[in-house]
Amino acid sequence: MTADIHSPTPPPDVQLHPLSRRMMHWINALAIIVMIGSGWRIYNYYPALPINFGFPNYLTLGGDFTLTEALNDEDGLANALAWHFGAMWVLVINFLAFVIVGFASGHFRRDFLPIGPRAFLSDLWAALRFKLDHSLGEYNAVQKVLYWGVLGVILLTILSGLSIWKPAQLKELTWLFGGYEFARVVHFFGMAAIVGFLFVHVALTILVPKTLVAMIFGRVPGASHAPKGDTK
Amino acid sequence: MTRPIVEPTPLVSQIERRLFLRQTLSVGALALLTGCDISDQDGVQKVLHAMSRWNDRAQAFLFRRQALAPTFAESDVVHNFRYNAFYPAADAPQLSAADFRLQLSGLIADKRPWTVEQIQALPQESQITRHVCVEGWSMIGKWAGPRLGEFLRRVGADLTAKYVGFQCADGYSGSIDMASALHPQTIMAVKFADETLPAKFGYPFKVRIPTKLGYKNPKWVTTIFVTNRMPGGFWEDRGYNWFGGS
Repeated sequence: MTADIHSPTPPPDVQLHPLSRRMMHWINALAIIVMIGSGWRIYNYYPALPINFGFPNYLTLGGDFTLTEALNDEDGLANALAWHFGAMWVLVINFLAFVIVGFASGHFRRDFLPIGPRAFLSDLWAALRFKLDHSLGEYNAVQKVLYWGVLGVILLTILSGLSIWKPAQLKELTWLFGGYEFARVVHFFGMAAIVGFLFVHVALTILVPKTLVAMIFGRVPGASHAPKGDTK
Repeated sequence: MTRPIVEPTPLVSQIERRLFLRQTLSVGALALLTGCDISDQDGVQKVLHAMSRWNDRAQAFLFRRQALAPTFAESDVVHNFRYNAFYPAADAPQLSAADFRLQLSGLIADKRPWTVEQIQALPQESQITRHVCVEGWSMIGKWAGPRLGEFLRRVGADLTAKYVGFQCADGYSGSIDMASALHPQTIMAVKFADETLPAKFGYPFKVRIPTKLGYKNPKWVTTIFVTNRMPGGFWEDRGYNWFGGS
């Protein structure tokens, strides 16, 4: 690198995420958190899995039980359902917009493709040894696979959710998911995969805080290199 | 004297590790803050209520008037069907055919009350369908009884009205949209598993609607009324979605 550190002009900012993408990212984040929190409480009322497992109530969304009982004469499920079926619209509309814009703008093609199997394996090996470079604006093969994966899992979770919501009106969809009871299991594991993604996603953000700056402000002051995507 | 070349300690990674720990703590604190659940605040309740009304409209739009809810084989029928109400089975109403009269009110031309025998004498429709509870459990059962739509036509109900409401012997109440009331699978179930409907499942009849969630299937119905004014219902007044379609 030949940049003169005494140069009076600072290196140019790097534009990483346009405003539309940042907005959709944070709307999605909020909707997903509401869906997970309320979904955990709904799950607790009648677990889809045949094991003795429930989510701690303090991690669920739906209000205080005593207060709900006093105010609404109801034991705490109604709020969770109202959150779930309210945030559902935000999640679905925002997700569709994100996917359409992602394909139309070339963001997916430029940044999430291509993924070579060789690159994926070597990046995965590096990632598992915590040796993988995480540079702004450029996605390694593991990231690319994870982003496609989480997009697919969100779609699967939305569709299995619709088939639980409307096993009569959307019975063909419910049938595709192996019936009402099995659709609940698919919906649960879809959630689990999304939570797994969130752990990795947030951990990496903590390791490389600049990515958070980029997702809030769109650009990172003086980032040293231009992202692949924006150099034509 | 020659000394081995010592690589400088990777200070950076140590700092990053410390930073990682500190930032993990901040994220954890943020997560704990969300423990201050905002669900019970007035403004939030208003928004949730508005979204629920929006979902009523969306479900009415999705509702297919002639499409049937999935039906199942005799072998799928659950034999130990669950008793479900807001009180224990021992407190369930025990209605006698001698005393029972189904009252009709609202936008209905012929309001003469009906006896159990009269209801049972109407042409019956049998179905094996899945009962889906809002809590998430579901059970496949077999019900039979006259179609509610046929009954409403027979008594001269205003079929252009918006709502059909129910009042029950146990203080329960509910209401549904007219389109669902006229659906071919919406029946006044007088039979369960080929037997007279047992007291704990709503004798003399329960309104069985396989296109709606369990709480929209009232038992021990004593009054049916037709109205254009939203009647609400027992669980609907406690924050559950009114349309409750499945």
